[in-house]
Amino acid sequence: MVAATSTEVTFPLLSMMIVVPVVGALLIAVLSNRRPEYSKLVALLASVGTGALSVWTFANFDSHSSGFQFTSQHPWIESWGISWHLGVDGISLFLVLLTGVLFPLAIAGIDPHNDDPRRDKPYFAWLLLLEAGVMGSFLSLDLFLFFVFFEIVLVPMYFLIGGWGYEGREYAATKFFLYTMAGSAFMLVSILATVFIARDNGVGKITFDLIELAEGANFAASTGRWLFFGFAIAFAVKVPIFPLHTWLPDAHTQAPTAGSVVLAGVMLKLGTYGLLRFGLYLFPEASYWSRSLWLTLAVIGIIYGAIAATMQKDLKRLVAYSSVAHLGFIVLGTFAFTSQAVTGSVMQMVNHGVSTGALFLMVGMIYERRHTRQISELKGLQHVAPIFAAAFTVVMLSSIGVPGLNGFVGEYLILIGAFLTARWWVVVAATGVILAALYLLWAYQRVFHGEPDEENSTFAELRVKEALVILPFIAVIFFTGVYPKPMLERIEPAVNALIGHVEERTDFVEPQPAAPVVDDEVHSHGEED
Amino acid sequence: MVAQDTFIGPSVDWFALSPHLVLVGGALFLMVVGALTPVWPRNLMSLTTVGFTVAAAVLSVFIWNDIGSEGPSAIVGGVLAVDRLSLFLTFAVLAATALVALMSDAELRGTDNDGPEIYSLLLVAATGALVMVGANELIVMFLGLETLSLALYVLAASDRRRSASQESGMKYFILGGLASAFFLYGIALLYGGTRTTSLADMVTRLQSQVNIGGNDTLVLAGLALMLIGFAFKVSAVPFHVWSPDVYQGAPSNITAFMASVGKVAAFGAMLRVLTSALPFYRDDWRPIIWVLAVLSLIVGSLLAVVQTDVKRMLAFSSVSHAGFILVGLEAAGLSAGENAMFSSVQSVAVYLGLYSVLVVGSFAVISVASRGGDTTLDGFNGLSSRRPTLALALTVFLLAQAGVPFTSGFVAKWGVIQSAVDAGSYWLAVIAMLAAVIAAFLYLRIMVSMWLRPADDNTEAVNVPGLSGIAIAGAAGFTLAIGIYPQWVLSVAEGILSFA
Repeated sequence: MVAATSTEVTFPLLSMMIVVPVVGALLIAVLSNRRPEYSKLVALLASVGTGALSVWTFANFDSHSSGFQFTSQHPWIESWGISWHLGVDGISLFLVLLTGVLFPLAIAGIDPHNDDPRRDKPYFAWLLLLEAGVMGSFLSLDLFLFFVFFEIVLVPMYFLIGGWGYEGREYAATKFFLYTMAGSAFMLVSILATVFIARDNGVGKITFDLIELAEGANFAASTGRWLFFGFAIAFAVKVPIFPLHTWLPDAHTQAPTAGSVVLAGVMLKLGTYGLLRFGLYLFPEASYWSRSLWLTLAVIGIIYGAIAATMQKDLKRLVAYSSVAHLGFIVLGTFAFTSQAVTGSVMQMVNHGVSTGALFLMVGMIYERRHTRQISELKGLQHVAPIFAAAFTVVMLSSIGVPGLNGFVGEYLILIGAFLTARWWVVVAATGVILAALYLLWAYQRVFHGEPDEENSTFAELRVKEALVILPFIAVIFFTGVYPKPMLERIEPAVNALIGHVEERTDFVEPQPAAPVVDDEVHSHGEED
Repeated sequence: MVAQDTFIGPSVDWFALSPHLVLVGGALFLMVVGALTPVWPRNLMSLTTVGFTVAAAVLSVFIWNDIGSEGPSAIVGGVLAVDRLSLFLTFAVLAATALVALMSDAELRGTDNDGPEIYSLLLVAATGALVMVGANELIVMFLGLETLSLALYVLAASDRRRSASQESGMKYFILGGLASAFFLYGIALLYGGTRTTSLADMVTRLQSQVNIGGNDTLVLAGLALMLIGFAFKVSAVPFHVWSPDVYQGAPSNITAFMASVGKVAAFGAMLRVLTSALPFYRDDWRPIIWVLAVLSLIVGSLLAVVQTDVKRMLAFSSVSHAGFILVGLEAAGLSAGENAMFSSVQSVAVYLGLYSVLVVGSFAVISVASRGGDTTLDGFNGLSSRRPTLALALTVFLLAQAGVPFTSGFVAKWGVIQSAVDAGSYWLAVIAMLAAVIAAFLYLRIMVSMWLRPADDNTEAVNVPGLSGIAIAGAAGFTLAIGIYPQWVLSVAEGILSFA
């Protein structure tokens, strides 16, 4: 990978994506308590501004370059060799875009269910800080900086779940915080060990710079494996990979709707993104060596998540378990080491963010109307709210992975790409696709079909404001499903470079697929570096 | 020995001694003038105390700069080290003392205790701490220790209205006396083993002794006894049992002082004895430090979680913090006596400095929030609705103690873990981080009760007295500023490159 930028900009674009939400949060903090409505306005402006920056980044992204673009680097803590180093490549681009777009929607579309309007203020401030933290994690090219952002997202999320969540929120928030922090404990030691060991093995100085470490360090195999596992534990908790997933159903179920949307939409991706960026890139040998473990855990996660989702009585918990299954696919693709599968993983990260985010949004709407999430108490909603049901159907089908919608592209690429290197795992994982159809369709049937009983007969139809929030999701679902090329062509160069990096440092050789799966034009510049 | 007719005293570099003199002068001034004048106006006594600490700090800055040009020196016949480590810790002691003095006004005003004694004793104790962090000779170190401890015994028992305070003082006195005895016996044995009490001489004599393979039983026994004394003072497990009771019973401002200045002084002395006088025995003391660190980390965190009183929680959490500092000390043990050790020494010094501000800030909030003396966790329910800024400040301190990024606590933890990893103590680093997770649960518990639990109906709104507010705001601002831009404090600490 080359660090050179193709687009030289003097405007600190990426830094602004972190600074703008922080400034917004600070503004909200100093706003008067008497005018709580302003806090939403400020939050909206800050998040829309960040979103605009991310769209601008997307539009000006050079799709032929595999390196990091829009990089900016400033010394921060010189004594420790730490710098403020940001950059974006094909792998992080869409996650940044997703973050930029998801937050304004969550802020505009979902009101916190507060009794006291004055409590809006901290709610929006925490959301903005969360956005800054997530953005920072995706943009960081410095291990220290990444760790700092990775850790800091816990704090706003903790307060969001704890302050605006549902009945079991205290327990869920604490569990979420401690689980993730325990994972990070290993990562912190690993980061430091990586830096010090790299100093004596090729890098020659103390630096936390990701690119310098990844390109320069030459770890002994056993050392690299230890270090890798330190990182992997933190990411496995965050993803979450079975069996470290138990915090997720609680956190998802108890979080306020916006919290669930963000949690599922972008925060879980911190784990899968971390595995790619800090696992495969930094420790190619160790990741390749341990792939069977991850593939197995991923497949267990797929099957287990699906079965557990089938059994849920609570609609939100069902969606939460479906996340475990979907994230299993992403991990499967990541550790398949073929460019198709990894590209599929990156796509699926975004797709899952869109479809599950939308699902949580709609479950939140159901809760607002009915004050229950129990499947057994809902019935026949299709009769009273057909448009709502139609929107739900689209989102649900996208989550199942029906062709023509976005979920299909990612899952298909993962399965077909992984088939070359991880055949039997794919065979088992494919049944997960069927199970996904089972639990979602069954849930749909119970909630939307049938004759509505008395309580459900007053279920309100989709409102205009809600439709405006859902519409972007549905547009993306269709667009990506029908025309994934703009995404693929930006992701592929970076993924190919990553696979090339792994091939250079291990005895792994990427098998070539027998027949082209995506159109040829995309594949033609596959091996450039 | 033949008595000499004339005693030739050592030459004294009075300027290098000036911070100590200012503090002692301040203590005397407050005692004398305070006794001769009628009741002082509100806040004045507290501000006077702060003034003396600031003056001492300014003088220390000059001395710091002098070291830059002239190098470190040992003054008064070589018994007091004037080097960057002692000065860095001096800053920490002075900052903590000033913050404690600021929060003391609200604690004392309107009580029987309002008067110059507490402030005067604070300054005396701080002087003892300065002597301890600079002592280059064991007898002088013991003098510093006793100056600090005796003042602290009185301070702990100073709240005459509450029997808990007297109990606290008594417990501290008896157990502290026992620990001092161990410490003193250790000094005696070390003297027997090396025929000197000067740290500088000790290291040269030990060098020759080690080279000729002499008998080191006395040295090892002395080392063990001194470690017991130190472990008691820093409240490392298993010598920590006094601290929860003492912390809980003492008035909040005194608890803050013990947790900050007491720790800084004891760790400063411990660091100096182990790394500057006994580096040849590093293979002997390093495993002991390892065990103390692990026990303190785990036991401190676990016991902190199950407490129901906030002051007791913080007492156990300070045990866990002592464990963290011991992690840095253990790392210094790898290369003790060599130049490479100083990066670990720096991380320990930074931890001490940042932690002492943090912990005083935490106790300042507790002192204000629990005016009725109710420090149970339930008493903090709904603090956010009664006093949001206060709750926010305590949240900052608690997050910092948990080691969350963008707070000084993160910088401190990162530093010692970095040292440990650099020294190859991977497991110790992992244990420390996991203990931090357990401890985080404790801080979350306090935050849950502040933010998520409704207030009891009969609790009234809290008023923050002016000076306490300044102390809290200053400490919180410092905590965040260092968290965001730690470079400058690290640059200062990087000056610690040699011992006197």
